[in-house]
Amino acid sequence: MLSQLARLHTRRAWIYILSLTILAVLVIPVLNRAVPKDSVFYLPDYLISLCGKFLCYALVALAMDMIWGFSGILSLGQGVFFSLGGYAMGMHLMRVMAGEGVYRSQLPDFMVFLDWKELPWYWLGFNHFWFTVLIIILVPGLLALIIGFFAFRSRIKGVYFSIITQAMTFALMLFFFRNETGFGGNNGLTDFKRILGFSLQEPAVKVGLYIISALVLLISYLLCRYITMSKLGRVLAGIRDAESRIMFSGYNTLHYKLFVFTLAAVLSGVAGALYVPQVGIINPSEMQPANSIEMAIWVAVGGRGTLVGAVIGAGLVNAAKSWFTVAFPNLWLYFLGVMFIGTTLFLPRGVVGLAAILAKKKLTGRDSLQMIDSE
Amino acid sequence: MALNGAYGHIAKKDGMVDTSHRTVLYVDGVTVSFDGFKALDDLSLYVDDGNLHCIIGPNGAGKTTLLDVITGKTRPDTGSLFYGQSIDLSKLSESEIAQAGIGRKFQKPTVFEHHTLFENLELALKCNKGVWHSLFGILTPIQRRRIAEVLETIGLTDQVDQKAGLLSHGQKQWLEIGMLLMQDPGLLLLDEPVAGMTPQEIETSANLLKSLSGERTVVVVEHDMEFVRAIAQWVTVLHEGRVLAEGKMDEVQHNPKVIEVYLGE
Ligand SMILES: Nc1ncnc2c1ncn2[C@@H]1O[C@H](COP(=O)(O)OP(=O)(O)O)[C@@H](O)[C@H]1O
Ligand SMILES: [Mg+2]
Repeated sequence: MLSQLARLHTRRAWIYILSLTILAVLVIPVLNRAVPKDSVFYLPDYLISLCGKFLCYALVALAMDMIWGFSGILSLGQGVFFSLGGYAMGMHLMRVMAGEGVYRSQLPDFMVFLDWKELPWYWLGFNHFWFTVLIIILVPGLLALIIGFFAFRSRIKGVYFSIITQAMTFALMLFFFRNETGFGGNNGLTDFKRILGFSLQEPAVKVGLYIISALVLLISYLLCRYITMSKLGRVLAGIRDAESRIMFSGYNTLHYKLFVFTLAAVLSGVAGALYVPQVGIINPSEMQPANSIEMAIWVAVGGRGTLVGAVIGAGLVNAAKSWFTVAFPNLWLYFLGVMFIGTTLFLPRGVVGLAAILAKKKLTGRDSLQMIDSE
Repeated sequence: MALNGAYGHIAKKDGMVDTSHRTVLYVDGVTVSFDGFKALDDLSLYVDDGNLHCIIGPNGAGKTTLLDVITGKTRPDTGSLFYGQSIDLSKLSESEIAQAGIGRKFQKPTVFEHHTLFENLELALKCNKGVWHSLFGILTPIQRRRIAEVLETIGLTDQVDQKAGLLSHGQKQWLEIGMLLMQDPGLLLLDEPVAGMTPQEIETSANLLKSLSGERTVVVVEHDMEFVRAIAQWVTVLHEGRVLAEGKMDEVQHNPKVIEVYLGE
């Protein structure tokens, strides 16, 4: 087991991963919690929340890379799976603060506002944390399994699949926007108080959520890495490059596509669930079709089919976004478009591909994090 | 959804295709039309077990379409397709037909360009093709040896760790044939296997194909008469979706209808 894990990377790459993990789960928290506030090394609380958010985005990007980068299936519905995970978590957080809302009712405030007398059946069970965890995994996974089954069985591919997933995104967004649906309408779910008994206002709890996000990202990365290094990963890449050859070699591609689409949906759902307690709100705007497209751009910028690239891309694009939307709020979308077109034209393998070229020039040695496709 | 269940029922039949009547493939009255145009027109054709059977015909005769219906890529409008005595190909999907023991090379060489030669052959290897097996399975020493053997057969041992995308056109054709061999098929269908090859490469290919028939059945689709003359034991001439002539190469060559179609153009 351990030796199998060790084989996922070269020794050098493992050292990088270990250092990054220590930086993320040890150094950064210490700089926030233990360093005095007037020190230059102090990391303010808002930066911790921002990093936590980025880690969740990175997890979605990882999922996007599995489905698109490795398997060549451009799903433009990852934002929906992310939001479903987020809503499940939001419903849990609403339920555990029953009686503490503005109206002191056992029901969430928006239901009181709608004059509802009792909890709809689909809200039952969310007061239990483990039930919620189950839903976070099951709902995105099942939705992907069903949509994927019908789409892949009918051999829907390429841009048609992208359009179908965008349509699903749009439909679900409208569904969640409606007040009668029972998910808080356009305001969504917010004003959460605590998670597992810990106050969400506490800086220490925020650091805790951030650390958990980092660890979940690490584990998910290793899981994806294991898959892509296995024969399963090579079959997925084979589907991307020459699907008919895979079929005529005796593989039922339906099963493989369902596997990777469902996996990507579950990872996205988990990311959404980690995201919601850290940002304190989930509403239907997370399901905007544009959000799902942006997730594809993260991966394109970082470098498709590399996993690390997805993580880096999510970080880079979102860091740029955080800065831009403050400095030049009107220009962000243009900049995003330019970045996307620029990388597609000039850096087909993204930032990671560029780094590999530069490193090769300097070292003429092996890549630091062996990319699947470095010529 | 049983992700790994697809293999079981086929596996039992695998390698034991019933050829008790010496015929390995039955194509009976098959018609395929595209928007009214009949690419295959009530076509019947039988392939004997262990033969090296060539199907020739001018461009557009329906040769590729015939391979498409045999391998499940296209469904016939009418007619029946049997592999051996008992396997009804019209009821199986592409992947099930492949698992049943029919391997196919495409007209345009199709290999996994981003994978190494070793990985290409590994992907084609005959084994459980389910998702979980792909995730957790590891190659046995016997399987590794088999990959080495096939690399030897197709003469690409030195390029084992090279990306397939870097191979020449002819080498890609051989790699694809190698991938078929990894499937250990009872019936090999090769669509224009020497297209774009140099005369030298063609000669190597001819020897390779001849060495393959016997223990398995090989069907070669070609429009190059020279090559067919060099290898064929049995020839079917296809024209406008129908069988024009059939027999030994010498007979077919002197058939006036064939001469008209081939030399008339
Ligand atoms: N998918 C298709 N749609 C329409 N026509 C097709 C299709 N596939 C093949 N055809 C037509 O069927 C005829 C036979 O094609 P094909 O089997 O490729 O010929 P060959 O391989 O003998 O050159 C051609 O006239 C071709 O244009
Ligand atoms: Mg053809």
